[in-house]
Amino acid sequence: MADWPILTALLLVPLFGALLILTIRGDSEQAQQNIRYVALFTTLAELLLAVIMWGMFDVGEAGFQLVESHAWIGENIRYKMGVDGISMLFIVLSAFLMPLCILASWQSITKRVKDYMIAFLVMESLMVGVFGALDIFLFYLFFEGGLIPMFLIIGVWGGARRIYASFKFFLYTLLGSLLMLVAILWMYIDAGTADIPTLMAADFPAHVQTWLWLAFFASFAVKMPMWPVHTWLPDAHVEAPTAGSVILAGVLLKMGGYGFLRFSIPMFPEASEYFAWLVFGLSMIAVVYTSLVALAQEDMKKLIAYSSVAHMGFVTIGIFALNDQGLEGSIFQMLSHGVVSAALFLCVGVVYDRLHTREISRYGGLVNIMPKYAVVFMIFTLGAVGLPGTSGFVGEFLALTGAYLRDSWIAFVAAIGVILGAAYMLYLYRRLFFGELLKEDLKAMVDLNGREIAIFAPLIAVVLWMGFYPKPFFDVINPSVEALLSAHRGSVGDVAATTMTEPLTGQAAVPSVDHENKGSH
Amino acid sequence: MSQFHIIVFGPLLGFLIAGLFGRRLGDRGAMGVTTGLVTLSAVLSAFALKDVAFDHNQYRILVLEWVRSGTLSFDWVLNIDTLTAVMLVVVNTVSALVHWYSIGYMSHDPHRSRFFAYLSLFTFAMLMLVTSDNLVQMFFGWEGVGLASYLLIGFWFKKPSANAAAIKAFVVNRVGDFGFSLGIFALFMLTGSVVFADIFASLDGVADARFIFLGYEVHALTTIAVLLFIGAMGKSAQLFLHTWLPDAMEGPTPVSALIHAATMVTAGVFLMARMSPILELAPGAMTLIMVIGGATAFFAASVGLVQNDIKRVIAYSTCSQLGYMFVAIGASAYGAAIFHLFTHAFFKALLFLGAGSVIHAMSDEQDMRKMGGLSKMIPLTYVMMMVGTLALTGFPYTAGFFSKDMIIEAAFATHNSMGSFGFLMTVVAAFMTSFYSWRLVFMTFHGTPRADEKVMSHVHESPAVMWVPLAILAVGAIAAGFVFSDYFIGHDRFDFWAGALVTSHGDVMDEAHHIPGWIKWLPTGMMALGFLLSVLFYVVKPGIPKSMAATFPGAYKFLLNKWYFDELYDRIFVRPAFWLGRVLWIRGDQKTIDGFGPDGIAATVLAAAKRIRVLQSGYVYHYAFAMLIGIAIVISYFVLTGGGF
Repeated sequence: MADWPILTALLLVPLFGALLILTIRGDSEQAQQNIRYVALFTTLAELLLAVIMWGMFDVGEAGFQLVESHAWIGENIRYKMGVDGISMLFIVLSAFLMPLCILASWQSITKRVKDYMIAFLVMESLMVGVFGALDIFLFYLFFEGGLIPMFLIIGVWGGARRIYASFKFFLYTLLGSLLMLVAILWMYIDAGTADIPTLMAADFPAHVQTWLWLAFFASFAVKMPMWPVHTWLPDAHVEAPTAGSVILAGVLLKMGGYGFLRFSIPMFPEASEYFAWLVFGLSMIAVVYTSLVALAQEDMKKLIAYSSVAHMGFVTIGIFALNDQGLEGSIFQMLSHGVVSAALFLCVGVVYDRLHTREISRYGGLVNIMPKYAVVFMIFTLGAVGLPGTSGFVGEFLALTGAYLRDSWIAFVAAIGVILGAAYMLYLYRRLFFGELLKEDLKAMVDLNGREIAIFAPLIAVVLWMGFYPKPFFDVINPSVEALLSAHRGSVGDVAATTMTEPLTGQAAVPSVDHENKGSH
Repeated sequence: MSQFHIIVFGPLLGFLIAGLFGRRLGDRGAMGVTTGLVTLSAVLSAFALKDVAFDHNQYRILVLEWVRSGTLSFDWVLNIDTLTAVMLVVVNTVSALVHWYSIGYMSHDPHRSRFFAYLSLFTFAMLMLVTSDNLVQMFFGWEGVGLASYLLIGFWFKKPSANAAAIKAFVVNRVGDFGFSLGIFALFMLTGSVVFADIFASLDGVADARFIFLGYEVHALTTIAVLLFIGAMGKSAQLFLHTWLPDAMEGPTPVSALIHAATMVTAGVFLMARMSPILELAPGAMTLIMVIGGATAFFAASVGLVQNDIKRVIAYSTCSQLGYMFVAIGASAYGAAIFHLFTHAFFKALLFLGAGSVIHAMSDEQDMRKMGGLSKMIPLTYVMMMVGTLALTGFPYTAGFFSKDMIIEAAFATHNSMGSFGFLMTVVAAFMTSFYSWRLVFMTFHGTPRADEKVMSHVHESPAVMWVPLAILAVGAIAAGFVFSDYFIGHDRFDFWAGALVTSHGDVMDEAHHIPGWIKWLPTGMMALGFLLSVLFYVVKPGIPKSMAATFPGAYKFLLNKWYFDELYDRIFVRPAFWLGRVLWIRGDQKTIDGFGPDGIAATVLAAAKRIRVLQSGYVYHYAFAMLIGIAIVISYFVLTGGGF
């Protein structure tokens, strides 16, 4: 069983589904329906496979598992796949969201259904590839390849300004990626290998690390997205079809965080310490800045998009806090945000399908006629504001704990974002749901149908599961994070590390925080 | 499965049943299930108090593992000591009575099952808060009650004012939670744990520890205590973070009684009492608590003097009484704080529910200027309100007499450097409390009716399901003081608390017994003075208040407008936040970042593309294909040539 190439299977199943769809001819209603069913069953099969993978995954093991390796371009550049506690759950997340995307597009997509479903299935395959690749070129192929279906999804099935949005998306992400490609080539030539586990152990000279780190940063910062290279995201979300937003917010943004965890920190540990305050600075700005901007939004999707940037700010803070709570919190926060933001975009899709506008002021008093929808939206709102008992709390709390251990200023500023988060989400909720139902065109709206309930039920279950009993997730995550941290401490010494694991007492606490001493005096 | 599982998870079950199946069960079913389960919890809680406080058993029951991350770990736990058991009794008793009362009060509301579901959700969250053995589960309950409060304040969702009040309550509480969470982080950094027992066990080693907070080297435990107190200020509506509580009166009145008087708002006091081992090592924080508590007691009472909305008067009274409890905390008289919490729950819930009964009788009128002369028409309610008022003002041998006087005496006896401030404020507030309480009674029940005839003809006494809970609370408001004072604050207190509350610098409550006699009678004198003045103003010469207001218009407006806190906060926080949001969005994102970045580049690219006619089709497939080719070429070129370097 252990030798069974499940990651390759995960990679191929969606492609196989896409091929199957290609064979369906005609554009009749029946043909479209068949296409939808093929896509749905493919993604469900993929989800089943992903769950099996979780079952096969040995939770006590910190290193890569389920590894497959075959020669690809010569012997050095290989088709090598494998997962560890950091990457495995992202594959599960992708597989979990995809059937919901297909369901969400069931009625709203009537144009080029075939191309649409193929784009999504290819997308799924590429996402599995990104998180499963253990060869740096293979990773790059999937990482960049993922741009194409998303570019198409926005550009073809998007809203009115889709061309602008898709170009913005393209320009930002490609420019970042090109720098990363140069760095990848340099590393390959220097280390003589493209094998990710080997590169993680490689010891690049400090001055080289600086440049490599920056090059990777260019790409991951755009993907996250971090302030100030975040402006593509609101536009992309606004124009993308609902399912496109789900994948964008749910999975694609996580590739940036995953990149930091997989490349920046293990491969350039000294540079990661060196640039930590750059990341903290940008993240702190992002959290407060984008939360304030979210407060001023009049478009639902833009509001949620800006809130995503703020949430990703917590993630980057947690990652570069470089301690257990920060890293584990960040990974958990990414998974949680993947579910919650995806659910929120699906929620927006529900009313968009009915009224075809995302303008908040066009709504109001929806709770009067759509009580089920109001409950569902409330649960995800609470997840987004990080209420304890939802998945949002666990990740946010741990990430902020990690941040505090690094420096109280970071947690202090980031926690302001927690206050603002409550303000903009509840303000949004109020404008959509509360008040009298006055607007004529709203009175005809119907509450959630069976298909929509089928979409939201699993999302609610996961949000609460992760909130109340996150143990199964931490069982997967913890060993790999421990390994990452001990490797990191091994290479940079215990300068920053000791201040995080050992509780500080007495005067010992003083030296840890001289960064902002310099700033404030 | 123990009785504590039933006590805590019964209300959760009620919430789930009423919330998920409320429609199918019907309103009666939903009300029956939730009320039944909470009543069961209340009965079991009484036995639990006997078991824990009098038979000296303690419990720690692991429910579910929650989080393990590095050295940080915390679980879902039911931890029962005397402090928790007292809170179980307070929460469940008041909650059960409020459930019963609401059956009558909400009988005309179309969303009753939702209402009862929320009430039970609130009860569950409050129980999780008080049974926690760690700060994070406490935080869960803390935010959970905040959620329930939000939902219930905004229960009548068609009223814009209710929606605004709900958001305000949640967001202001989040400001407090900001401090709370930083306190948790700091405590974890200092002691390596968020579990009470572990934290307290390690305090000896860190009593004098200092750490860097926001760039300054500070005394660790003082900082932590202040941060946690900021959390308590939010939840317990202390000065500067109090603005949400009066607005919360937008919610249905049973909610005000349960959440905004008896239980949730006292969570801050509970937190401080729970943290007593830390506070004892943080004298600076104690000074702050004393000052804020005293100032709140004074401030809120002063505003209460002139309010005309019957519920707002009681709301400010609550705010003021919470200030008393914090004065007790600041004086290290934790037992007195919890005792006042305990007695206050009875008489304040009684007053609120009584006010609800008045409002119910008056066809939803809340303005006291339109009431008057109700004493003969709703005599039962009148008697209940009188009992509540006597207990609140501290009439001898009623509940408030024991607990409030103890606080004032403790403030006199304490070594806290701001103790005399606390003492002064609470004495003055005692006078004002008596004045506004009797003013409420006189304006509502005495004199000539000021409502129109249509309303007056509808005035009716409440049904039994409403007045029986009132009567039970009235018994508590009279008897809770002399029955329990020996245990909470008297000579049995050490036995009773069994280490749940810690004082390390002398015993202020013992010292409070040895203060001069005139100090002991001072609060009672103040009460009498307030009563007499109120009689003069509202019974003997009803013209005085108007002429006073006309003589001192500035002072009157200042009080009527609640010291202008709302206006101030709106100017310095709310509006600037929205303004800044717009500026950052339009100027920051759109003009600056996009202007120089993508739009600038895009414009150049598009301009170039116009000249290159091939690309002018604008068809995205072409671009996508070009990207694919591009990636393929770039990869293969570099890989192939790179391999040959």
